[in-house]
Amino acid sequence: METILASIAVISGLAGIFGFGLAYANKRLAVEKDPKIQDLEEILPSVNCGACGYAGCSAYAEALANENADTTLCAPGGSDVIKKIASILGVDASEKTPMTARIYCGGDDVKTKIKYKYNGTYDCVSANALFGGFLECPTGCLGLGSCVKVCNFDAIKIDENGNTVIIDEKCTGCGACVLACPKHLIELVAKNKPVFVACNTTDKGGVCNKYCKVSCIGCKKCEKACQDDAIHVNNFLAKIDYDKCTACGACVKVCPTKCIHTNDPSILEEKPSPKEAEKVAV
Amino acid sequence: MSIEAILLLVASAIFVNNFVLAKFLGICPFIGVSKQLDSAIGMGMAVTFVLTLSSIVTFLVYKYLLVPFEIQYLKTIAFILVIASLVQLVEMIIEKVSPSLYKSLGIYLPLITTNCAVLGAATINVQKKFDLLYSSVYGFGAGLGFTLALILMAGLRERMEDSRIPRVLRGTPIAFITAGLMSLAFMGFVGMIKE
Repeated sequence: METILASIAVISGLAGIFGFGLAYANKRLAVEKDPKIQDLEEILPSVNCGACGYAGCSAYAEALANENADTTLCAPGGSDVIKKIASILGVDASEKTPMTARIYCGGDDVKTKIKYKYNGTYDCVSANALFGGFLECPTGCLGLGSCVKVCNFDAIKIDENGNTVIIDEKCTGCGACVLACPKHLIELVAKNKPVFVACNTTDKGGVCNKYCKVSCIGCKKCEKACQDDAIHVNNFLAKIDYDKCTACGACVKVCPTKCIHTNDPSILEEKPSPKEAEKVAV
Repeated sequence: MSIEAILLLVASAIFVNNFVLAKFLGICPFIGVSKQLDSAIGMGMAVTFVLTLSSIVTFLVYKYLLVPFEIQYLKTIAFILVIASLVQLVEMIIEKVSPSLYKSLGIYLPLITTNCAVLGAATINVQKKFDLLYSSVYGFGAGLGFTLALILMAGLRERMEDSRIPRVLRGTPIAFITAGLMSLAFMGFVGMIKE
């Protein structure tokens, strides 16, 4: 009996002392925190991707509350989170178009020739440091997955042929891969523009056709096919002006090397072009 | 109770009976927090601090509370209580005194509560019937040993990030294999100092 009483008394006494001690310490050592910061931390996605440019979600929350940081910086959260941030801070919510990353290269192990066999560190930056990479193409995607490593959202994968593909549905447009790519092949583009030129080489058609079967040869067929003046060939490379592009898919269809890709196959289905539609209407 | 004996105790806790690599205590943070050297060093320092303090406090609790009432069998509960409260207190003090250190330690600080190396040191102190000075020295040495193992592992893992490892082994699996090999290496010290 005595042992039971003693053990109960000692352990609960110990617990009581520590409990009260901690409660007292908590009062004495309390650190004043802005309630706004806690609210902000709760609504931020807490993936700590760093897209906002701060060290993490809580750092961004602090910057929002104390340093008047831009409310639109959270890419993974999208417009939902922006609205909530704005309501907590009492400022106007500004809209933000959802972005996605695009890789301007469609080459892979089969379609692109290699210059030498690379046996070094499995990383694009290291490979690129060795004579600009092991591909004949000076601007080709090396496919060693430096972008895959930095992606927090599993939105980039390397398919069985070694082609790097971005999965639009998963991409939040945080831009981590843009910074990681040593070839500067990745760009952020509005999600509602599915068409992109999957090539970044400025070599002449004859030259680049030799090392890659899916490169832009600068034939200007797309320029002629485009009715919105949105695609132009400069330096043997087609570039799309996304302010003008209406995602009609005309350029995708005419490209002889199939280097213009679209992530939305529905735009390639036969439908009357705007001009023809007008004729029908008349 | 000479300086020599104390130094020997520290050396034994660091190398011969390293808590992580020879006694297999505190494996969770050893694998979890050894991806980067910076955080490994921070974690090691925090654990060393808590280990030293908890060794002292658990010794006092054991000697002046549990032994007089003859309830030594409750030592695990009592020690966990001490360690948990101590970690909480340390967390509060660090947050108040040095917010920057608090930030860099982040989640690792509260995780020390569940680090079995801390409880292990307290229990070993009791088993070996160390006195107050020996207990604190042993706790400190154990913390240093933990830090050493963590730093070595972090250095290795930072290098492994850049090497070509078979896909199935990338990440934690190769870390486990490395830990096993490191442990084998540390086994080479066994018997050099009698504990």
